[in-house]
This record gives sequence, structure tokens and C-alpha cells, in this order.
Amino acid sequence: MEPNFVKGGKLEKWNPLFETLSTFAFTPKIITTKGAHIRDGVDLKRTMMTVIIALIPCLLFGIYNTGHWAMVAEQGNRDLIFWADQSTKILLGLKVVLPLIVVSYGVGLLIEFIFGMFRGHSLHEGFLVSGMLIPLVMPADVPLWMVAVATAFAVIIGKEVFGGTGMNIVNIALTARAFLFFAYPTSMSGDKVWLAGKEVDGVSGSTALGDLASFMSDKPVFENLDAYTSNYSLFDSVVGAIPGSVGETSVIACLIGAAILVFSGVGSLRIILSFFVGGFVMGLLLNLIGGNPYLDLPAYYHLAIGGFAFGAVFMATDPVTAAQTANGKIIYGFLGGLVAIIIRVLNPAYPEGVMLSILLMNVLAPIIDHYVVQGNIKRRLKRIKTA
Amino acid sequence: MSKTVRLKKGLDIRLLGEAEKVTITLPLPTTISLKPSDFHGMTPKMFAKEGSHVKAGEVIFCNKYNEPVKIVSPLSGTIQSIVRGEKRKILEILIAVDATQESLEMPTKDISTMSGDEVKETMLAAGLWPFVKQRPLDIIATQDNAPKAIFISAFDSAPLAADFNYSMHGQDADFQAGLDALAKLTNGKVHLTLSTKSANDAKFEHAKGVQINKISGKHPAGNVGPQIHHIDPINKGEFIWTVNAQDVAIIGRYFNTGKYDAHKTIALTGSEAVAPKYYKTIIGANISALLKDAVKTEGKVRVISGNALTGDKIDADGHLGFYANQVTLLPEGDQYKFFLTTGWLGLGFDKFSNSRLFPTFLTPKKKFRLDTNTNGEERAFVVTGELEKVFPFDIFPMQLVKAAITDDIDGMENLGIYEVAPEDFALCEYVCTTKINIQDKIRQGLDLIGEECM
Repeated sequence: MEPNFVKGGKLEKWNPLFETLSTFAFTPKIITTKGAHIRDGVDLKRTMMTVIIALIPCLLFGIYNTGHWAMVAEQGNRDLIFWADQSTKILLGLKVVLPLIVVSYGVGLLIEFIFGMFRGHSLHEGFLVSGMLIPLVMPADVPLWMVAVATAFAVIIGKEVFGGTGMNIVNIALTARAFLFFAYPTSMSGDKVWLAGKEVDGVSGSTALGDLASFMSDKPVFENLDAYTSNYSLFDSVVGAIPGSVGETSVIACLIGAAILVFSGVGSLRIILSFFVGGFVMGLLLNLIGGNPYLDLPAYYHLAIGGFAFGAVFMATDPVTAAQTANGKIIYGFLGGLVAIIIRVLNPAYPEGVMLSILLMNVLAPIIDHYVVQGNIKRRLKRIKTA
Repeated sequence: MSKTVRLKKGLDIRLLGEAEKVTITLPLPTTISLKPSDFHGMTPKMFAKEGSHVKAGEVIFCNKYNEPVKIVSPLSGTIQSIVRGEKRKILEILIAVDATQESLEMPTKDISTMSGDEVKETMLAAGLWPFVKQRPLDIIATQDNAPKAIFISAFDSAPLAADFNYSMHGQDADFQAGLDALAKLTNGKVHLTLSTKSANDAKFEHAKGVQINKISGKHPAGNVGPQIHHIDPINKGEFIWTVNAQDVAIIGRYFNTGKYDAHKTIALTGSEAVAPKYYKTIIGANISALLKDAVKTEGKVRVISGNALTGDKIDADGHLGFYANQVTLLPEGDQYKFFLTTGWLGLGFDKFSNSRLFPTFLTPKKKFRLDTNTNGEERAFVVTGELEKVFPFDIFPMQLVKAAITDDIDGMENLGIYEVAPEDFALCEYVCTTKINIQDKIRQGLDLIGEECM
């Protein structure tokens, strides 16, 4: 079969497709020609697959959680017991989440293929992860066509114009989310989008962050912080039994993913830890200032609600867009967490500060690296002077 | 004044096929070969013609742009052929070896009475100079660039490397004479760096006239690169010379006997060797005698002159490289591997990996039979931080490689290109997910620096 696809063969044009499928099924028989005769077992496919495995807890929990809140919306009863009616909830969740995944992968991979055919290379693995991340950061009720448009935008403008996998400046999945956030704000925020399906009057689908932000408005959802924290208990927030984007709510699922990423060495512990520390420090500072319920919310609460944990574990650690030097990663993560909480608290118009913060840090990462590398260069120059 | 260095970064690749400490002396090879490609950057100017007869120690070719640097014949024989490639580039000079050997003989000299210049002249004339390499650039030393120090590593930490404590045992006088000669070449120090891992042979432990340093850690602890970096780093405009331990003994032997005697003991290693052992042979020797009955026959085998990370691929009837201390036999990896069994998504108990993506870390003692498959296709740089784990320098490896790829001369200078050689990046190349030939990129970067800045 192969001869048809090599240069000069009659199906030469389709070689990228052939290569993608054949290298998926078989590690190719490429052998070393120069330099080291033996090579490590790792390749990008396995690396990316590990990230997908790390995402599975978030995905599974996300399906269940989405199902739960879809049922809440259906029955108009916000006090449903979370762990009851599991199979119905899973089915309900699958009905919402599966189409999101299919659309995201379908659109993204198709575009990547087309670019690959023009460039004459097989599909590079980066989108395998992006395609899973995109559905997980979407609100459950987002229209599918919006997911398609956002994915197309993110893959084309966010990645392929820069040269494809490994060349992008900002995180692809967050680009998709940010695109929808600014292009279709009504479908991405507020209290209508987080519960899938038809909503019954009287059931608010608002998120922890949305309700928190409402303290700054004329009509707060809760009269004081105590009422708020009893509605969104820390336990529920950590477990993830609260409304939110599909895959982001459960801190536990995120931490399982983090453990897989850090243990396998694919995700940077430096970034994840410093991101949490940054967020916590900023939360403490705001507690010190205090004065209104938003500023008074305990710092650890900030780490448990919204997309903070998910962003820290899966978004900030994207090696292509994060800082690349060891010290740079610490600064990058710390600032990322810090800025996320600043945006979340001090600018309630954008309750989801994590997304914006990581996008901002993506852009700043090369500058951070630049200064870390300059430090190394200066050390080397100093050696000449002292010698 | 001796220094002790502890390296925390590095990687020992555990390969099957370590040489057993038994030495077999091979008969004289039928042919020997000298390859100009062993001497990077040298354009050969031929002295001997096809068909002419040479004695051991007679000049075969010299560096066209630095004529005092000569390459001499290790044995006496007849020039059988000069193999040329594209644009008549000389690839190899084949010499049919005489049954009875004759060599050029010089009166033996007492090194202690000689001046530095006399030693240098003697070494250049005798064809010993190519053993002296220079950093920056990792080429044969330019004799007029005074080095601030000379570095010799008393051990090789590369996968399956020969153990010099064993292979050079009993060459104490030659080794010490070589050190004495080298000491005359610099106003600075001669550094001899020993491993802290094993007991060192007396000639290393009690070497005179040198600064003895100790280094611990995984490969590349035995490379001179990290040793120089942590003991006496190179700054722009400075030179350091380096010599292989076995070659120090060859230099010393010349001063002791007056003859160019390029015999050395090499290790035959690798998973495809039937019974890996040490063999006494000579620089440039045809290895068909060495490989006879020594190769497992199933499947294709890659024959490497040198170690698995930095050696050169040669044919089964090829010849030993000039600097090689070992021959490594590995299985060729030119088969498809189904993704769930032995491919990219398999369990991977047969894969040795520095990452935890493979269960290598569960079997810390296991030795592996690795083949020459790249285990994946070339990709852009995505993963960060993996090169740093095996690169024991205060240098950013990925940034330096990128500067080399983009021909960024200022970037390379700033990031420390003067301190590194391609071999220092061999492990980076091994672990890198991109499968890019990093050593080659560094070599191109060094060549550019050589043209523009030296």
C-alpha cells in the first residue's frame, strides 16, 4: 500500500493522511542516521496521550456533574441529592458532553488535516489534547455551532498561522474559550448557560463565581458571605458538585490529573504549585484589605471555585506557551495565579479571571524567559571579569 | 589543589553487552584505514600516493590549511586505494598491511630536558598532534593557540564504555611520559580527572606533575566537557586542550621508544555481541577479524565505531575510527512496531526512558537491548525541561540548540557555545522528544562560530 503514497506515487497528495494513520497504528521504521544511535522511547504521541489520560478524571466527573445539573434544570429543584440517580445523570451528561467532544475533535482535526496536506506533513499531535480541553472549558449549554466556530478560530488563528504544533503563542483551548467569551458573551457567562437543557423558572443556573460577583451589584444573590459559603460549601466545591464549565468544577479530579502529569514528568510541578501559591497569596492579601464580601472570601475558597485548579493543572502547564526555563516556570506560575485572583476579585465583569490571566502570562512567558536567560549570560560574562 | 565535583544531572543508559574483562590480542589486520572525516574540519593534503609503500609513522596526509599537522600511518604497508566521494572529496585511505612490519625510528628523548617548543615540534613531526583536541570547536588543536590548561579524563562514562583502569593496566610508564610531554605544552595546569565510583589504577591515582580532580555522577561525568566547565571554564578567547587517556599513553610510548605505536585495547560491546570482551588492536584496523563469530546472527546489526551515543556507523568489514576506544553492536530498528504492543502506546518494558512515561523507573537494575529506531517522528520543540535533566552545565541547552539552529552567532556566544562539544549534547539528543539530531545542530553552530569568530 505504501508505494502509492510516497513521492511520485499516484496518491502522493494523500500521503499526510496515510502517514497519520500508519504512524498511529505503527511506530514507523525510521532509524537513526546521525549522532546518537539509540533514542529514548518517548515521542510526542505518547506525551500527548499521557495528558489525555490525565484529563480522564475531569472528563468523567464532568459528564456526571453536567448530568446532575441538567436534571436539576429539568425538575426545577436545586436541592437534588448529588449522588442519587447515577445512571440517568450519566446518560444526561453524555448527551451533552459527547456532542461537544465530537464537534471539537471533528472540526479541529479536519482543519489540521487540511493544513497538513498543504504543508505536506502528517497530523501533529498537539490537537489531540486541545480537542479534549475545549469541550471541558465550555459551559454545558453552549450551542454546538459556537464550539465549531471557536475551535476553527483557535486552530487557525491561534496555531496554524504561527506554524502549527509547538509554534503557538497562546494556549489553543483558552483561545477558543476567550473567542466565545468576547464574541458571544451571553452564551458564555451569566446565570443562564451553565445548566444544560431547558430551564424551569425559579432555578438559577448561576455559578459560584457568578454569585460571588453579584455581591458587587445592586441585587446580590446572597445577603452575606455566610449564606454564600453555606450554599457553596467548600466540600462541594472541592468535589466539584457545583455548576460550571463541563470539566473544571472538581478540584479532586484536577488533582488526580496533576498527579499523573507531575509523576510522568509531562506537566511541570513548578508551574502547578507556584500557580496555587500565587492565587493563595493574592487571596490572603485581599483578605487583609477586606471590606466587602468579595474581598473577605477566604483565600482557600478561591482555589476551589471556578476554573482555578483546572487552569493551573491543564492550561498553565502547556509547555509550548508556558515559560521554558526552570526559574521562569516558577515566576510564570506565581504571577499567573496572582493575576487570576486580581482579575476575578477586582474586576467582577470578568468573573473567570483564570482564563484571562493564563492568556496574559502566555504572552509574557517569553519575556520572563528572556530575563532568566539574561541572568545566565551575565553570570558567564562576570566570570571573565573576575578572572 | 585538587577539586572534587559532584554532578547531579546526567543519565546512565543501561545497555546489555558490557565487555568482560578478558583481553584477546588480535593478529595484525589485513588492512587499515584513515578517514579524514575523523578529524573534523580538516581538508587533507595527500603525501602518499596510491601504490606507494609507507612505514609505520610515515606521513599519509596533512592538514592543507595547517601543514605541520600530519596524520601518519599506524602500520607499514602499501596504499591500496584512496576512496573519493563527491567533488573528489577524500573519504578514506586504505592501506594493505605488510606481513613484516617496519617503522620509522627516532632516538628516544628525555622529556625533562626538552622545552615546550621542542616537545611540540616532536609531536607534530611524529604525527602525534591529532590526538590533541581543542575547545572551543572540538577540533584538532591549533598548535599556536596557547591553552590555559589541558584536560584528560581518566574514565569514560558513556554507555558500555571501556574501563581504562583495566584496558590500560600496565602502561604506567607510557602514560606518565605522555603526561610529562603534555605538561610542557601549557603554562597552565594539566588536569587529570578521576571517577569517585571505582578504585583507580595506580597510574591515574599517583600521576605526577598534574592536578588530580575527582568527579562523581552519571554520564556525562566522564566527558571532558562538564569537567572543564566545573573546574576551569572556558571564556571567549581562551583555549583548552584535551586528550583521550589511551592516546596519552600512545604519545608517551613514542617518547619512550622512539616509535609511533598506535596499539590500543578496545572493548567490543553491545547486545548483539556474542561474548563482549576487550581486544588489543590498532588505530584504523579492519574489524572483520574482530567481528568474526562475534556477532549474533539474527537480524540486522548496526556496527558502531565508538559508543552508542557519539560513535560512527561503519560497515561490518569497516575500520576502527581514529579516536574510538570501543566497538558497539546494536540491533537495527528498521521494523514497524504495532502501537499497542511494542509501539508508542505499548507498556514499554523494553524501552529505556529518562521520562516516567515508560516503566523504566520500576526496574532500576535492568539492562536493555535498545535498537536504532528513533521511536517516533521528528517534531517541533514542545516538551520543555527534559534536556536540562541530562545536561550538567550552567548553560541553557534548549536555548543554545535553538540559537545554533537559527545561526544566531551572538546568541550562541552568549549562551556558552565556547564551552561545549557535540558529544556533550549526546544525552540531550537521546532524551529529546523532538528526535532532532541535536549533536549535528551543535556541530553546525560550532562550524559557523569557527568561520565567523575564531
